[in-house]
Amino acid sequence: MTATIETAARPDRTGAAQTAVRLAGVGKSFRGGATPVLDGIDLDVAPGEFVCLLGASGCGKSTLLNLVAGLDSPTTGTVEVPSGRAALMFQESALFPWLTAGQNVELALRLRGLPGRRERRVEAERLLDLVRLRGSYDKRPHQLSGGMRQRVALARALAQGGDVLLMDEPFAALDAITRDVLHEELVRLWETTGLAVVFVTHNVREAVRLGQRVVLLSSRPGRVAREWRVDIPQPRRIEDKTVADLSVEITEHLREEISRHGR
Amino acid sequence: MAADSSLAHIEAGLDALETSPEPERGTLRRVVASALPPIVAVVLIVAVWQALYAAKIWPDWKLPGPSQVFSSLKDAYRNGDVWPAVGHSIGHGAVGFGASVAIGTPLGLLVGRFKPVRAGIGPIMSGLQSLPSVAWVPPALMFFGPTPAMLYTVVLLGAVPSIAVGVVSGLDQVPPLYLRVGRNIGARGLASVRHVLLPAALPGYLAGLRQGWAFAWRSLLASEIIVQSAGLGHSLGFLLKNAQDTNDMAGAFAAIALILAVGVAVNQLIFVPLERHVLKARGLA
Repeated sequence: MTATIETAARPDRTGAAQTAVRLAGVGKSFRGGATPVLDGIDLDVAPGEFVCLLGASGCGKSTLLNLVAGLDSPTTGTVEVPSGRAALMFQESALFPWLTAGQNVELALRLRGLPGRRERRVEAERLLDLVRLRGSYDKRPHQLSGGMRQRVALARALAQGGDVLLMDEPFAALDAITRDVLHEELVRLWETTGLAVVFVTHNVREAVRLGQRVVLLSSRPGRVAREWRVDIPQPRRIEDKTVADLSVEITEHLREEISRHGR
Repeated sequence: MAADSSLAHIEAGLDALETSPEPERGTLRRVVASALPPIVAVVLIVAVWQALYAAKIWPDWKLPGPSQVFSSLKDAYRNGDVWPAVGHSIGHGAVGFGASVAIGTPLGLLVGRFKPVRAGIGPIMSGLQSLPSVAWVPPALMFFGPTPAMLYTVVLLGAVPSIAVGVVSGLDQVPPLYLRVGRNIGARGLASVRHVLLPAALPGYLAGLRQGWAFAWRSLLASEIIVQSAGLGHSLGFLLKNAQDTNDMAGAFAAIALILAVGVAVNQLIFVPLERHVLKARGLA
């Protein structure tokens, strides 16, 4: 078991890593917590793969992302991100309010070590253009709508230059129309950039709309309960019948997971 | 490609609908709107004062009228007492406040960032803040004699704790999410302090500076009123104490009006615009 993990984690002959993220036997307990938050999570995300993590409250979704982002370390098991860089996005855009939209993106470029003030400016403008916010460089975060702020946050995440994008319910606070548009935007960016995406949500339809794979986590402790491969071709729409059908099936399992806690 | 351009159109439409242009008000209207209420308030206060004076409840030497105070101010101005006294006090206040900022800021950072330091010094700092700084005048006078060093000591002991407490509360109010984002985009150690912590704590810091100035100014005037010497020169506190010594109530009121005017001017010309600028840029004002 250990041996396979080690070989798989090592970059292959072409120099490219075979996995973007690899979790092996990951457990996480917090001091004073009776049950661990995460327990024995095994999960591989291939380069360029789009994986949705689905679960009810208490399944440790956010904890899991923090571990992958390197903001916290697991109690047991190993977390590997061979590229070493995973960008993290939250429900709130968490843009710095003392900087303009463009400066927020530039700061990420600067901290990543991109030299040259002018080069950074040009690159920041290119990234804002990529999320279709050309001309918003000088706007302050509070002057932008929630959807626009999330797109700036997306540009900032791209500026970090990693090959993994971690998203913690990034669209949960948006209205339905904006969310729908951002789904389309995210898929477009994922297809053009080739990033691996780990997308956490409690919205089954959203998971099926976006992911190539949907992983259902159980709650308290968080474990991988089941997973589905989503073979519906993109572009999908959230109201597609194929999306709805799979969502019904997954919802059944999610409800089962939840009702176990009521017994 | 067609789908892509239709997405672009929907997005542009949403962006346009969800952002509204900020209402622009003319500069003149803004100035009038902000200046009018205080002017009305001052006029009302003077009117009540004049009415009390006219009612002759107290003799003139106990409650002088507005016109007597005004002519006392005019006399002081003609004698050349006003500007040197104001300049003297502001000079001492500025130096004392500057030194307090230079000491209080790093002290606040230390207390705010390091738990053991906070546990040790935090309570003392809060305690010092509640101690009236006038209390430091007697020991400072015994230690330094009637010199500027004595004034500065009292000012520092009054203003430093208040500025440091401002820094600490500014740091405490930084949302933890910003620090996490900062770490994720690669800000660690000093870079995190410089690019995330300090800018995020700026509004709380400015509020602390404003309060620190108020403490500095109060402490300075307290010492100036209590201690007089040739070495300290003619200050606003001296004018006030001098009025008391000559039993000149109108002169005392005139000195108080000057002290108040300096306080209001520093606040309105320096701190209020500075704070408004910072808060407005963040969408908080």
